[in-house]
Amino acid sequence: MKKLLLATALVAISGAAFAQDVVRLGTEGAYPPFNFINDAGEVAGFEREVGDELCKRAALTCEWVTNEWDSIIPNLQSGNYDVIIAGMSITDERDEVIDFSQNYFPPAASAYVALTADADIKGTVSAQVSTIQAGYVAESGATLLEFATPDESIAAVRNGEAVAVFADKDFLAPIVAESNGELTFVGEEVQLGGGVGLGLRESDAELKEKFNAAIQSMKDDGSLNALIEKHFGPETAKF
Amino acid sequence: MFAACADPKAIEGLTWLTCYLTSGKHLDFYWSFVVVLGLLAITAPAALTMGFLGATAARSRFLPLSLLGKGYAAIVRGVPDIVFFLFFVIALDQGIEYLKSLAVCDDPGWPWQGLEFRVCQEAKVPLGASPAIWHQAYGFGLAVFTFAIVFGAFAANVLYGAMGAVPKAQLETAEAYGMSHAQVFRRILVPQMWVYALPGLSNLWMILIKATPLLFLLGVKDIVYWARELGGSKTQAYEYPHSDWRLWYFLGLLVFYLCFTKVSEIVLTRLSARLSRGQATAAGEAQRKAAA
Repeated sequence: MKKLLLATALVAISGAAFAQDVVRLGTEGAYPPFNFINDAGEVAGFEREVGDELCKRAALTCEWVTNEWDSIIPNLQSGNYDVIIAGMSITDERDEVIDFSQNYFPPAASAYVALTADADIKGTVSAQVSTIQAGYVAESGATLLEFATPDESIAAVRNGEAVAVFADKDFLAPIVAESNGELTFVGEEVQLGGGVGLGLRESDAELKEKFNAAIQSMKDDGSLNALIEKHFGPETAKF
Repeated sequence: MFAACADPKAIEGLTWLTCYLTSGKHLDFYWSFVVVLGLLAITAPAALTMGFLGATAARSRFLPLSLLGKGYAAIVRGVPDIVFFLFFVIALDQGIEYLKSLAVCDDPGWPWQGLEFRVCQEAKVPLGASPAIWHQAYGFGLAVFTFAIVFGAFAANVLYGAMGAVPKAQLETAEAYGMSHAQVFRRILVPQMWVYALPGLSNLWMILIKATPLLFLLGVKDIVYWARELGGSKTQAYEYPHSDWRLWYFLGLLVFYLCFTKVSEIVLTRLSARLSRGQATAAGEAQRKAAA
């Protein structure tokens, strides 16, 4: 019993000693192929691999946490995790409240998807809440229908609630490809945002530099491009 | 789980279904039923205790205590649940960490800096390095506490009304026998009030059962979260791709909730009959006549 207590105390002390080095990565877990919960119940996808590799290169111990998209920035500020790695595009509005690392995914196209090729993209368009796409739809003159998860914004088109959905093309592409012709891209592609970056608290400059250096090294040796191609296919924009 | 499930895309039919329903994610889903039932099992008595304390305080002849009891019920009942669950929990969490930072940080400053909340690493609850299980347990604890406060306020009001419904003649008779205030409260008031409180409390119980999706706001993944997550359409990026199956998952939840509320109803009906025995109510009178 005494040994057990001693062991517990030791674990507690060593845990406290290592506390500095653990970085908690917050993601949504509902945005394949960027990030999703796989069938084993773990975080998986492009960002899982990038995040693990970045932590290895920056010599950090990382842990994965999932958080609802809608409250992902407030919970970062509140300190529930240290980094947002959730396919978050770098925008000026977000940059005012949090800091971004350099992008690890190039500026990408957003696209409309609907049931028919002649769908009216100025009609009712669904998008995920608090995304750059939702902001774009609101300004485009269409009626915006917001959903908490990306999956629900697609389902809204399938069941006729919305005429079209507007989202990252890289997220939509596999869904359109596997829909057996039910869904199709409509309208022009739109370039939005400055690429996808890690979101950090503004006071965490040191951590940001570590991640910036790690991202740069992954860009330099081509491993980042390899991961992008693995998860998004050969046609996706690379660095 | 099974050897046959190693390559899910090569199997089909019943084997596929078996493998699908025993995937790690589904095991998490099944576990969330235990979490929800556990939460209810802990929260219901906790909320009842809060309610009892609140109602007793509200009845107190000591004015500040009475105001505290009445204020608790009035304020918490007046705030929308979703606001309470978003605001109160973050405030509670930050309050705990602030107090801890005063004790353990070398240089505990004021943690609220602009939009950010910063305390030193040692003051985090639980510590950043703690295993995920502690983070989940902490979230669960916060959930129980918050539910107990919210539902306790409603229970306080129900119990306050029930205490007022016990016939005054009973209390006066007890006092005439020479019992003190505390004795009257303990021996006469509390045993008799339950029959008046039960309809209100059973309503609360039914609402509590269905309030568990609020758990997700607190970071606890409940059955509704998993049903939505599992039912959403899945591309080839997943091991078990399928179309939108949310309808089936939610149908499953519907059956679960209906069964659960039905069982609750049966138990509550029995409890009501038991509590009516010998009471000066219509139900108690009916029981007496039936027995005679």
